[in-house]
Amino acid sequence: MTTALRVRGLRKEYGDAKALDGVDLDVATGEIFALLGPNAAGKSTAVEILEGLRDRDGGEVSVLGTDPARADHRWRARVGVVLQETRGFTTLRVGEAVRQFGAYYPAGRDPDEVIAAVGLTKQTRTLTSRLSGGQRRRLDVALGIVGDPELLFLDEPTTGFDPAARRQFWELIRSLRSSGTTVLLTTHYLEEAEALADQVGVLVAGRLVAVGAPDRLGGRDQAEAVVAWEEDGRRRERRTAEPTRFIAELGTLFRGEVPGLSVTRPSLEDIYLGLIGAQDEGGR
Amino acid sequence: MVTTDGVAEALAAPQDTGQAEAARTRRAPLSEVWRVGRVRMAAEVLQLSRNTGLLIFTFAVPVVMLLLFGSIFRGKIDGTSATYQQVYATGMIGMCVINGALQNLAYTVAAERHSKALKRLRTTPMPAASYFIGKVASVLAATVAQITVMLAVGVAVMGIRLPTSPGRWLTFTWVLVLGATACSLLGIGMSSLIRSENGSAIVWLPIMVLQFISGVFILFSQLPKSVQVIGSLFPVKWLCQGMRSVFLPESFKYAEPARSWEHGRLALVLVAWCVVGLVLCLKTFSWRGRDDG
Repeated sequence: MTTALRVRGLRKEYGDAKALDGVDLDVATGEIFALLGPNAAGKSTAVEILEGLRDRDGGEVSVLGTDPARADHRWRARVGVVLQETRGFTTLRVGEAVRQFGAYYPAGRDPDEVIAAVGLTKQTRTLTSRLSGGQRRRLDVALGIVGDPELLFLDEPTTGFDPAARRQFWELIRSLRSSGTTVLLTTHYLEEAEALADQVGVLVAGRLVAVGAPDRLGGRDQAEAVVAWEEDGRRRERRTAEPTRFIAELGTLFRGEVPGLSVTRPSLEDIYLGLIGAQDEGGR
Repeated sequence: MVTTDGVAEALAAPQDTGQAEAARTRRAPLSEVWRVGRVRMAAEVLQLSRNTGLLIFTFAVPVVMLLLFGSIFRGKIDGTSATYQQVYATGMIGMCVINGALQNLAYTVAAERHSKALKRLRTTPMPAASYFIGKVASVLAATVAQITVMLAVGVAVMGIRLPTSPGRWLTFTWVLVLGATACSLLGIGMSSLIRSENGSAIVWLPIMVLQFISGVFILFSQLPKSVQVIGSLFPVKWLCQGMRSVFLPESFKYAEPARSWEHGRLALVLVAWCVVGLVLCLKTFSWRGRDDG
């Protein structure tokens, strides 16, 4: 498998504060990588360094085989970026903005097709200043993908989306992956990371404390399961590393159906909250 | 002195402020700079045409100023056959360029930097020079429109006389294009002085001074010698002089400090300012605001 993005020992300081303190990161080509972390953990700083928008204080960074600090227009043509917030272009219509951005690229996608992909066809002639928050965000995504990038950065792309819009958006990202685009996204929503990501990294206070597939992150797959059932009208629970054997025993005990039986593994959220510990104040 | 090599180099590798030097970036070919520049031109002019509030104001200013000056100062200038109204029309052209290229453009670019619109553009392969091309085009479009309206009112109300020979209109064209380009690049450079959303006063004062020392409001030949020397260092003086050569009788040139329109020197100074302005912009242009990392 080829690597789209490789980071070793990335460091960034603002004055005395260490925003990034030795981050290592690998993202394979064609993969969706979700970077999680509480507010002020360094997610945006890391992403902006990878996008070539911010300089770093140390470490090696290679994005599509190039150091973003030395990137040229040809590298930028291969990388799509959706920043955390965008204003501007308020006097342009949606169609005009997408067409204009597409024309910056040597081989951009068809603007109408891109507008359709983000679900803004009806708003093609709407001034961007008249869009709702969620529509504005989808326009940002359209501007990010109109250059047909090999690698797409999404910084908190679905903040402010309603659940239906979020699911629609996930479909869009999945369709990008199936066409071979590598995606690195930051998000506050664990369900989003779980639904989309092949790999998840958790950034806490400038350090990457865990990396793995969402169902295996932080030893999630090996964590003890909780088996719960009802007995004498009361809820009983047992924490066990061998839920299957325990349930078989319960089955013998009850001679058939076990009332109210459930088996739960820790959710991604449980693992995440455990990883970020007490350091998460503002986030979820 | 800046050589043409310096320009080519600067064109090729615009640096972020604070970004590591020694970057071996490939140059965006000039054909690509021009292609994307034309895309930016169309977008800038379109956005300008939709900014009606600003448009009404910018159209009104030169007209009102011309009417004011033209009604305060009347008659012929001593020893010449030129009227004050006719001279003020040329001064107002200088003012249109200053307002559009220096003032509005410096504010607009600073606002785009502040709203992170520039940061967003930075992530695309659009070359910095293409962005400048779009800005210069928007200033030229706005200035031509303003001058047209002002002259139309001047002709109708004050008896301003327009030149009839094609040669003079040719002079008008190259002086305006070079002057507006030089001033626009200077304006883009000055945008970096505006550090915060309400820090625009910093460009207002130098612009005011520049208008007085360049002969926009006061006849250049009536300024003290030392002020004339300082004014001659900047492009606006030469722009106004070029416009006088278009709109005033040929004999008026003897009232100029140099007893001549100095077209050769004028072209040289404006071209030099374009080159200096371009290098300045490419070397100092920042895509992000100070409060953004």
